[in-house]
Amino acid sequence: MSAEALLLSLRLAATVAFLLLVLALPLAYGLAFSTWRGKFLLESVVALPLVLPPTVLGFYALVAMGPRGPLGKIWQSLFGHPLAFTFAGLVLASMLYSLPFAVQPLVASFESLDRRLLDASAVLGADRARTFFRVILPLAWPGVLTALVLSFAHTLGEFGVVLMVGGNLPGITRTVSIDIYDRVQALDYAAAHQTALLLLLVSFVVLSVVYGVNRRVWSPWPAK
Amino acid sequence: MLSVQIRKQFRSNGAQSFVLEVAATFAPGFTVLFGPSGAGKSTLLDCIAGLQRPDSGEIRLGEKIYFAASRNLSLPPQRRELAYVFQSLALFPHLSVDQNIRYGLNKLPVSEQTERTNSIAKSFRIENLLSRRPAELSGGEKQRVALARALVTRPRVLLLDEPLTGLDSALRRSILEDLRAWNDANRIPILYVTHNREEVDAIGERVVTLVNGRVQESGAPRAVLDAPRSVELAHAAGFENVLPAIVVEHRPADGVMRVSLDHAACEIEIPLGDAEPGSEVRVAIRAGDILVATEPPHFLSARNILPGTITSLESRGTMVALRVKAGTDFQVHVTPGAVRALDLSPGLLVWLVIKTHSCHLVR
Repeated sequence: MSAEALLLSLRLAATVAFLLLVLALPLAYGLAFSTWRGKFLLESVVALPLVLPPTVLGFYALVAMGPRGPLGKIWQSLFGHPLAFTFAGLVLASMLYSLPFAVQPLVASFESLDRRLLDASAVLGADRARTFFRVILPLAWPGVLTALVLSFAHTLGEFGVVLMVGGNLPGITRTVSIDIYDRVQALDYAAAHQTALLLLLVSFVVLSVVYGVNRRVWSPWPAK
Repeated sequence: MLSVQIRKQFRSNGAQSFVLEVAATFAPGFTVLFGPSGAGKSTLLDCIAGLQRPDSGEIRLGEKIYFAASRNLSLPPQRRELAYVFQSLALFPHLSVDQNIRYGLNKLPVSEQTERTNSIAKSFRIENLLSRRPAELSGGEKQRVALARALVTRPRVLLLDEPLTGLDSALRRSILEDLRAWNDANRIPILYVTHNREEVDAIGERVVTLVNGRVQESGAPRAVLDAPRSVELAHAAGFENVLPAIVVEHRPADGVMRVSLDHAACEIEIPLGDAEPGSEVRVAIRAGDILVATEPPHFLSARNILPGTITSLESRGTMVALRVKAGTDFQVHVTPGAVRALDLSPGLLVWLVIKTHSCHLVR
C-alpha cells in the first residue's frame, strides 16, 4: 500500500470538499430560492458531471488547463507555471467533477426549510445575509454535512478525471485509485487489494455517517 | 391609519383564478378579519407585510408608502416596521426563547435588547421560559413567545393570523387579556384573523368580512356576524342551518315575511327583508337558537313552531347535536341535561320553536 498516494488523496478530497462548500452554498441558495425562469439551465449544468463520463470531463478540463487553454493561460500569467499536471489543476477538475454532490444536498435541505421561518426573519428586520447565517445555515446543517462528506468521498474515489488532468506523478497527482490501477497493471494484486479494501472501508464509514445523520438528503432509501 | 387598496390575481392551472381585491382602511385598535377559509385573509396580510406583491394598487401607513404600483415602489418587509404572527407561529426552532425575542432587536445596544426582552417577557408571563427552546414549550407558551417576539420590536402595524388557534378558551382569554392591555398602551392598527366567534366577541371593535377575495361587510361584530348577508359568511359565522327558501308573502304590518322552506315542505316567518315575493333566498338559523319541545307548546311569543321527528343524536362534549326532520332537515344544539330531562331519542316526535328574529335572510 502506498501511504504517499493515500495521503495525497486525503489532502485532495479535503481541499476539494472545503472549496466546493464555499462555492456550492451561494449556488444552492440561488437554485433553492430564486424564481428566475432560466433556473433549469443552471440546474442542468450543475448536474452534468453526474452523466458525463469522467474522461469527457477530464478531457475538457485538460484542454482548458493546457498551456494554450484559457484557464492555463490565466494561471501561467498569475503564478508563472502551468496548471495542468499539478495539484491545483487536480483540485479544480475535481471540484467540477464533484459539484453536484455538494450542490444537491444543500438545495434539498434549503428547500425543505419552512418558508415561514424565512418570512418571519424578514419581517423582524433581518436582511438576507442575517437570515442566511442565523436561520438557513443552522437549520440546514445536515445538508451541509452531507455535502461535505459526499464531495469528500466522491473526490477520494475518482479515477478518470485524475488520469486525464493529473497524470501519474508520485506525491503530486498520483492518487489512491491511480495507485490501485498501477498495482493491478503490474499484477501486484496483494497491494492493490490492501488499498482497495481501505478505500471501501472509508467509503462505507462516510456513508454511514451521512445516513445516520440524515436520510432525506441524497439517499436512494425511503425516508424513515 | 393603514389604508389598503390592492388587487392581486392568482392563476392556478385549469381551475378558475382567484382574485384578491380589497379596499379598506384600518384605524388604530383591533380589526377582526373574518371569513371562510380560502377567502384570502392570509394573502391580504402577506401583501401588507410585503411577503407577497399585489398586481396593482397602493398600501400606506399614514404618510409612509409600503407599496405603490403606479410608482413601481414596494418597500421590503424589513423596512415596513410591522410585526406579523403567523398561524404556524414560525418560532426559530434552533434558538432559545430569549434569542427568538431578541432576533428583531439586533440593531440595538445589548443592554437595551436585554431590558426590552425582559420587560416584554414579564408582561406576557414567559420570563421563566427564556432559556428554553420552542420544542420544550406548550402550545399556549409558544403563542405567548410568538406575540412577545413580534411586539418587542415596537411595530407600527400588527398582523395576527389566527394566533390563538388550538388553545382552550381559558388560555385564549388570558392571552387576549394581555394583548388587549398591550393595545391600550400602544394604539396601532391591529389586524386579527380568526374563525373563532368567541375571539371576535372578546376583542372585536370592528369586523371586516372577506369572502372570495373581496370585503363583504364591515362594522361592529354583532351587526356583521349576527346577521350575515351571504351564505359563505353564514357558514363561517357558525350558522349551522342555511336553508334554501322562497319568499311567499310580505306582511309589512307585522314587520315580517313568510317564506317556504325546501320546496314548500314547511313555512316560517322571518323579519321583513328586501326580497320580493317569489324570489329565492336563504335563511340562516343558529342550531343553538332553536328550542325543542316534546309537547305542542302554547302561549309563546315565538311565531315558528314546527312539528318534526328526531333523526339522530350526536354527543359533542358539553353539547348534543340533534338532527330533526321538520319539513326540512334542521340542526339543533341542546345540552346533555336537556336530552336526559326530555328523554330525547331518535324517532321521537318533537316541536321546534324558532323566534322570528333568530331567522336571518342571506343571499
